[in-house]
Amino acid sequence: MLGSIINLNQPAHYLHWHFIDLSPANLTVVIVMLVVFALAILLPFPGARSAERLPAVRASAPQGAPAPGTAPGSWTGRLRELALRSLPPERLLPDSQPAYVASWIYVFGVLTLSALAVVVASGVVLALKGPAWWHETGIGHFFNSVHLWAVELFFFVMVVHLWGKFFMAAWRGGRARTWMSGVVIFLVAIGTAFTGYLSQQNFDSQWISTQAKDAMNSMGIGAFFNVTNFGQMYSYHVILLPAAVLAIVVAHILLVRRHGVVPPLPGRGSAR
Amino acid sequence: MRMLRARELDRAARSWQGPYRPYDIVKEGVIALGAVTVIVVIAAILFSSPDVRPSTIAQWASQMPLNFVQTATEELDYTSHLAKYGPPYDHGKSSVQHIAFIHLQEWLGISHPIDTAEAYVIEPLRRIPADPALTAALSQYLRAPGATRKRWALAYAAALGQAREAPAAEGAHALIVPQGPYGPIATMMASLLADAKSGGLDGALLTSGDFYQTDYTKPLLFLADGGLLEARAGHEHLLGTQWGMMNETGSYPGQVWLWLYTFWYQIEPFKSSSNADAYAMGIMLLLSLALLLIPFIPGLRDIPRALPLYRLIWRAHYRSQEQQPAGLQPRS
Repeated sequence: MLGSIINLNQPAHYLHWHFIDLSPANLTVVIVMLVVFALAILLPFPGARSAERLPAVRASAPQGAPAPGTAPGSWTGRLRELALRSLPPERLLPDSQPAYVASWIYVFGVLTLSALAVVVASGVVLALKGPAWWHETGIGHFFNSVHLWAVELFFFVMVVHLWGKFFMAAWRGGRARTWMSGVVIFLVAIGTAFTGYLSQQNFDSQWISTQAKDAMNSMGIGAFFNVTNFGQMYSYHVILLPAAVLAIVVAHILLVRRHGVVPPLPGRGSAR
Repeated sequence: MRMLRARELDRAARSWQGPYRPYDIVKEGVIALGAVTVIVVIAAILFSSPDVRPSTIAQWASQMPLNFVQTATEELDYTSHLAKYGPPYDHGKSSVQHIAFIHLQEWLGISHPIDTAEAYVIEPLRRIPADPALTAALSQYLRAPGATRKRWALAYAAALGQAREAPAAEGAHALIVPQGPYGPIATMMASLLADAKSGGLDGALLTSGDFYQTDYTKPLLFLADGGLLEARAGHEHLLGTQWGMMNETGSYPGQVWLWLYTFWYQIEPFKSSSNADAYAMGIMLLLSLALLLIPFIPGLRDIPRALPLYRLIWRAHYRSQEQQPAGLQPRS
């Protein structure tokens, strides 16, 4: 088994303050998250003050023109035209963006997507070898570690992304669906991580499942979502919930590309 | 007036008529993916990941034989936590929760029925082969009227109160129970304890009649009724009263994103409520709904405008606006 350089398997010394009880690791994550959020807002963004600006005409992306040769009444042709009208290629894969998009906070969307890619890739490797593999081999344990830290990073950057979008009121200008799909991703991802913890087949899974059952049962959810049934939780974790997350992520990205990045709120001096 | 202002802001944010800057979305994506991969791999090498071995019923019976037999006796007598739990496992009431007039737990009914005496004591004992004393004891117990069984169980539970554990080999403990009028239960429990120590009960509780097995409901709920899981969880700081939902074994960060969910369990009136789980779930459902619908909730959607953080995010834009002649400012 691959050993770790820094041993986190030893018992933690918890910090107590009134009724608050936090592990140093969790506290570190929260503090680093706040620091990263502050830095993302405060650090100067390269090129933000650059004189190199493209003319405003680039803003009006050409609408997708009907493709030549489309047969009248063709469903395929109509679908293509609709897709091109909604999301012309220059919006889907832009080579320019509004000049106000000049802050590190904008990076956290793509970082979330990248972390998700690593989560999925490491999860695919673990799924290929089955649920017992990572307990039995060093390489399996390494991929489990990659999966765990990718998940931690995924939630970390996703929450910073969410904070940023909240403080930009990013739902303005017909972007409510973009915000809502992002929130749904966050919630479904929590469910996906939860079923992952239940699928580990170790003490964590035993304890989390026997505790979580009470919450599930209290709302009647336990009747059809049995957290002590490993087979059911594993199915949810490796296919059903990841498929849902990925589908909503695709919808979220398409909405972002279609509506663009929300323009700034009126600043000082603007008409109110 | 406020609604009008929100609509104006919404309309103004539909499209951008100002300047653009060069942007390479593919390059950004590749750099981000590379950076994230490097960070994750370094974290995996530096910190590894936790994997604390699961508990088995054999460990429980060996390390805590008194607790094991007490739990098994309660399962036999239908006085255990699980036997009195309620849906989805049985007709009990002790863990049935509701929010006001909403009784979802009861409405959804018993979907995973568990007869605790049959599942955890009688059926496993039936599977133990070639033990005439056990066969006779089991037969005596099953033929006895309910009142007699109850009397035996009460007497045995009282005797267990006087029982003691004696150290045995390799960290295991032997159980010494005083004599008493508890009929065949002592023989039954001695056999069950021996079976459990040997690992036989772990296998028996997993057997569902089919070759393959993926449902651990029965053994997990039995383990949860005993004290071993809770003792280990307390040691690992995973109990509900320790904000355990967001903690992880060892010193690893856990599910930090569950901080608000576990927060409700730490404060009154939820902390001491018999409906704490339902209330926490209900509150989190409402808060999640509010987060989802922020764009449509006056007051909540106005918070970003009231706080100056957006001025920091778009400070370069506002600076450039101030530097431009008034007539040339972009319309957003």
